[in-house]
Amino acid sequence: MQNFIDAYSWVNVRFLLQGLWITIEISVASIICSFIIGTLLGIIRYEKIHYVSAIVGFIIDLIRNLPLLLIIFFTYFGLPNIGIKPEIIPAAIMALTIFESAMVAEIVRSGILSIDYGQTEGALANGLTKWQALRLIVLPQAIKNMLPALVSQFISLVKDTSLATIIVLPELMYHAQIIYGQNTNYIIPMFVALAVMYFIVCYSLSLLARYLDHHMA
Amino acid sequence: MLEIISSQWPSLLSGLWNTILCSVIALIGSLIIGTFFALLEISKYKVIRIIGSVYVEVFRNIPLLVIAMAFFLIVPMYFTKISGFTAGTIGLTLYTSAFIAETVRAGINSVEAGQLEGALANGLTTGQAMRYIILPQAFKVIIPPLGNQFINLVKNSSVLAFVAGFDLMYEGNMIANDTLQTIPTYFIVGIMYLIITLPLSYYMRHLEKKLA
Repeated sequence: MQNFIDAYSWVNVRFLLQGLWITIEISVASIICSFIIGTLLGIIRYEKIHYVSAIVGFIIDLIRNLPLLLIIFFTYFGLPNIGIKPEIIPAAIMALTIFESAMVAEIVRSGILSIDYGQTEGALANGLTKWQALRLIVLPQAIKNMLPALVSQFISLVKDTSLATIIVLPELMYHAQIIYGQNTNYIIPMFVALAVMYFIVCYSLSLLARYLDHHMA
Repeated sequence: MLEIISSQWPSLLSGLWNTILCSVIALIGSLIIGTFFALLEISKYKVIRIIGSVYVEVFRNIPLLVIAMAFFLIVPMYFTKISGFTAGTIGLTLYTSAFIAETVRAGINSVEAGQLEGALANGLTTGQAMRYIILPQAFKVIIPPLGNQFINLVKNSSVLAFVAGFDLMYEGNMIANDTLQTIPTYFIVGIMYLIITLPLSYYMRHLEKKLA
């Protein structure tokens, strides 16, 4: 018990919260980037543009089927080999964005596919261009269907930021490791704190997903 | 790149073997644990349902790395020595079981209620109805998502690299550090992962289409 009281000194808790803040910052940045890129890629794959869609689709499948950890290694340790040397934070955001964009692209594509093609036909018959039909008619409906999957993808993203400890990204997991690295008595209290903090962030997101699911359907 | 393959082949191969072994063990383990908690979640009794969903929510919302590292560091302090491979596989099993519980539950729910009623009306007990009528139909529906979970397992098993689990990622990282040929090494490791995951993912997509 004394271990817990010592471990949760204000200095340590503040250090953990700083890590949590970095985790949230990195997650938000990667979510925004991967949402934009993923949506574009999803649309490209859906549109069946000659060759382009097939190539984009294949690259998406490749990335989706690789471990994120490998992509993190690649951006931080691999790229310097060919002369690009990203800092830790950009490297982490880059790796997360590459991986999650591919995931989002698949969600977007199946979201668009879930909308009856009659909607597009109707829009085209009413004189909208193909792009207008997609943007004004299909996508707004598809977003509704996509939201639960998107939010759970973003929950995985928050959890996955912990993998970036391997490139010494100063996020929550890494800060906890520093604290228990100094005193092994703090191992259990730190893992309890980690579990609680990640749980609070991720569970609130899943409650949000449930709320959206309920109120938008 | 060929040089790396020829000189490092044994460690790459043993890494691949450990990755597959860990994924298969974790799949079997998480199927058993996941089905158990799925059945808890659809129980008649509220208390049991709550136990089921607390388990699922806890393990779904904590990073796999935290779970695996906790086993790796805490078990040796109080119980027995544990290898990185074992700790990682246990962590992976528990983490995945929460997702499999959700999959199985959705599968059971997807079977029409009339099926159970019909089975009961024909004189089967609830247990028999589950075993002969509901689960076989549910299982058909959940094969594609289970396959996708297995793909996730293979990818997530890379977390073993953090706990010295001698999996493909760990070996790959070692080779990259030794030879300093990071890009070729990651390339080879990536291809080895894709050999397992890519065909499986195409096959699951094919199955999904067939079932839909």
